[in-house]
Amino acid sequence: MSIQYKTISQLREMIDAKSISSQELVKETLKLAESLKELNCFVTMNKDEGIKKAIEVDGTNTSNSLLKGIPLAQKDLFCTEGLRTTCSSKILADFVPPYTATAVEKLENAGSITIGKTNMDEFAMGSSNETSFFGNVHNPWKKGYVPGGSSGGSAAAVAAGIIPAATGTDTGGSIRQPAAHCGITGIKPTYGRVSRWGMIAFASSLDQAGPLARSAEDCAILLNEMSGYDPKDTTCLNVENTNLLQSINQPIKGLKIGIVKEFNLGDLKAEVQIRFEESKKIYESLGAEFVEISLPSISASVPTYYSIAPAECSSNLSRFDGVRFGYRAKDTDDLNDLYIKSRSEGFGDEVKRRILIGTYALSAGYYDAYYKKAQQVRRLIKNDFEVAFRSIDLIMTPTSPGTAFAFGSKGVQNPVELYLEDLFTISSNLAGLPAISIPHGKVNGLPVGLQLIGNFLKEDLLLNAAHIFQQNSEFHLERPSMEEF
Amino acid sequence: MTWETVIGLETHVQLSTKTKLFSRASTTFGKSPNTNVNLIDCGLPGVLPSVNKEAFYKAIRFGMAVGSKINQTSIFDRKNYFYADLPKGYQITQMDLPIVLGGKIDIETDSGIKTINITRAHLEEDAGKSIHDEFDGFSAIDLNRAGTPLLEIVSEPEISNAKEAVSYMKAMHQLVTFLDVSDGNMSQGSLRCDANVSIRKKGDSKLGTRTEIKNINSFKFIEKAINFEIKRQVQVLESGGNVIQETRLYDSYKDETRPMRSKEFANDYRYFPEPDLLPVVISDSEMQEIKDHFPELPKEKKARYQKEYGLAIYDAQIIASSKSMADFFDAAVQKTKNYILLSNWLIGEISAFLNKETIEINESKLSAENVAVLINRIDDQTISGKIAKSIFEEMCSSGESPDQIIESKGLKQITDDDSIEKVVDEVIANNPDQVEGYQSGKDKLLGFFVGQVMKETQGKANPQTVNKILKEKLTK
Repeated sequence: MSIQYKTISQLREMIDAKSISSQELVKETLKLAESLKELNCFVTMNKDEGIKKAIEVDGTNTSNSLLKGIPLAQKDLFCTEGLRTTCSSKILADFVPPYTATAVEKLENAGSITIGKTNMDEFAMGSSNETSFFGNVHNPWKKGYVPGGSSGGSAAAVAAGIIPAATGTDTGGSIRQPAAHCGITGIKPTYGRVSRWGMIAFASSLDQAGPLARSAEDCAILLNEMSGYDPKDTTCLNVENTNLLQSINQPIKGLKIGIVKEFNLGDLKAEVQIRFEESKKIYESLGAEFVEISLPSISASVPTYYSIAPAECSSNLSRFDGVRFGYRAKDTDDLNDLYIKSRSEGFGDEVKRRILIGTYALSAGYYDAYYKKAQQVRRLIKNDFEVAFRSIDLIMTPTSPGTAFAFGSKGVQNPVELYLEDLFTISSNLAGLPAISIPHGKVNGLPVGLQLIGNFLKEDLLLNAAHIFQQNSEFHLERPSMEEF
Repeated sequence: MTWETVIGLETHVQLSTKTKLFSRASTTFGKSPNTNVNLIDCGLPGVLPSVNKEAFYKAIRFGMAVGSKINQTSIFDRKNYFYADLPKGYQITQMDLPIVLGGKIDIETDSGIKTINITRAHLEEDAGKSIHDEFDGFSAIDLNRAGTPLLEIVSEPEISNAKEAVSYMKAMHQLVTFLDVSDGNMSQGSLRCDANVSIRKKGDSKLGTRTEIKNINSFKFIEKAINFEIKRQVQVLESGGNVIQETRLYDSYKDETRPMRSKEFANDYRYFPEPDLLPVVISDSEMQEIKDHFPELPKEKKARYQKEYGLAIYDAQIIASSKSMADFFDAAVQKTKNYILLSNWLIGEISAFLNKETIEINESKLSAENVAVLINRIDDQTISGKIAKSIFEEMCSSGESPDQIIESKGLKQITDDDSIEKVVDEVIANNPDQVEGYQSGKDKLLGFFVGQVMKETQGKANPQTVNKILKEKLTK
């Protein structure tokens, strides 16, 4: 019996009906991953430990968690004890962490089995997964096309049906954009919902972990386990967790959805606009109302983000200096030479570019004009959302301006071209708001995503709206042909 | 030309918390390298800091003691620079919103009490230690100290000479030890300072260019380093040169300051708010709690010693001026009734011993309990004052209790008249010439007889009794 493309609930039923054991499931999954190696979704497999854990899980009857025995994959920036964690960078190519990230630990404590670590843009810096030291990831829908990024490996592995769900992180769209490009569902929770302990930082004030899965329902299952207060992360919110599974499947009649005037959707490709209008109709037919809203400062999102995120990354990545862990250059003259060579050889171009931008933005004489100004604008963007959410429940936008594109076709000459991929996704990171991307059809044979942004801590509302959409459409059930692989 | 010196001090006080500022690793000094280190301290990928509130309470206690404004909302910043013993590549410190703002500290100078204003005091984490001379061809890193909480106290440039700087540091030492903010151990680096020194023509209102002498860790070196630097700056200016604003190191072997290599300090620290930590808020009830349990400071202790125990003003002052001495007195005084004798011993014999050894009382083998027992044995005439001194020496070297020493060495004083009379009779019988001399008016010979009796009894005879019996017998 094939396990490919199965959702968590389907696998749950199979395990509970004893038609498959967790051990068999994990072995099948590893086999499937091996046969689809060409996609390059995984940096490291967790074969022996994964099977061992599955045998253990098969032998226990105590837990009734939905995730018990279910194989998952983790983005390769979550530290996993004893299992190599690279951030898809040469500088961490041999790094084996002595501890496990809280988010992963919670998923594993719920009985899930980590079968491997997924490929990503180096240190999560990128929107196409092309900055990985371990090579490009193919979009399962079209060979030679990017899966999006930075959580490209996670998105591709789920889209290819190898695993039902995977973890990702989202600093400016890194869960939602690859989910959109790969035709799956991904949610970035409210900043602080999921602990960042053990998640290798890109930009601390923007990074947030979340799930990528084949449905909103499966996202809810993962997020239920991943979220929760963690004293090891002081930015983690100490709020009561609502059971997100119980809150989905509520009627959405009267739901007020905002369309952002400033996003000028008329400028997008006609096919993308058509998809968006079609999805509006679906929601309207379910009783939702659309209103135009204004977010006056939203046009400053991209420059604001590209001042704050690099600034934080320039400092966060200082610890990769070749002294205590990670890549160390050979034949160095002195300490300074050790730093220069280890970092020059260990980091890729995009990471270096962002470290340089960030160092510049924080420098004496430029701090006020860039970093400080960006923080002030960030405050304005937050206020815009705060005002908007007084009269609406959700905001709807396309996830990305277009579809997946061919390797090397964007951002090679001009990196800013690629930065614009994040146009619709960045503002929810700046404001700390939850946002979800769901598939809503294809343009030229490639999936496109619909983004819903919710108010602070309104993941329940977001997941419900996404679930209801999926109950009344079949976009999320579409599968790539995979003939090329 | 007459020159005037202007000095401002940045004092680094290592807070005596059990664990580090942002991790739960121990701060115990002297552990083998890299053992007081956890994931956070070595800056592993993915780790996050979480604050140790105890460090805040100590910083606030300091602020309250010097009359500062306390910022109940604390924000941390990152100070970015690369160094091998700085694991994260940045230090977490406070830039714009220090926990303590303003305040005053009184220091003793030749011309009386002078008040030095405090600009600010902020919390920060210490770096690790680089070891350059133990491994051939390699430098080594010890991260035990990394993340230890420091309070950096910045003074206004109101200190006028090296002696005042020392006086300021002594006042600081007294304050932080009495407040139980720090153990104040300078040789272990718990209290150290950077001195900003400049000179100007007497009467000028504009400050001269300053140099900063880094990391001075003893009272003696503070005085020497500053005096060297003043002399150097005077020479530079008088020979027509300019003082360059720079960071200098004091070399105690050569007794000179010299510029640090430019690589040893960075110019642009790229400060920005630490995004991994939310602002730390100290509630009003926490503030009240700190006030309610405020430690007794030297002034209050001195007054209490005079009032409760009848100590002389000078004695009370001396005991109350050192935290370790005051703690010792407070403990010993619970176990004896003869407060005055205890105070005399502390100021006399015990202080003399500590000075000779240049240690603090808490570093000696003396316990408050044993010293109290010693006082009690003198008080109840088990031993004479003279014997007490030899017992004290033994206590200092072995740490044994006075009762043990008295017992094992048979030092118990002979007080019964019969035993002493027997010895006196012997001495008189053996020294007929001296008896004749005494009886013919040479009163001073009494001392000779006392000496002989003491010699025969190995000093154990009660001197008053010996005197009394001798006089009786000799005048017969």
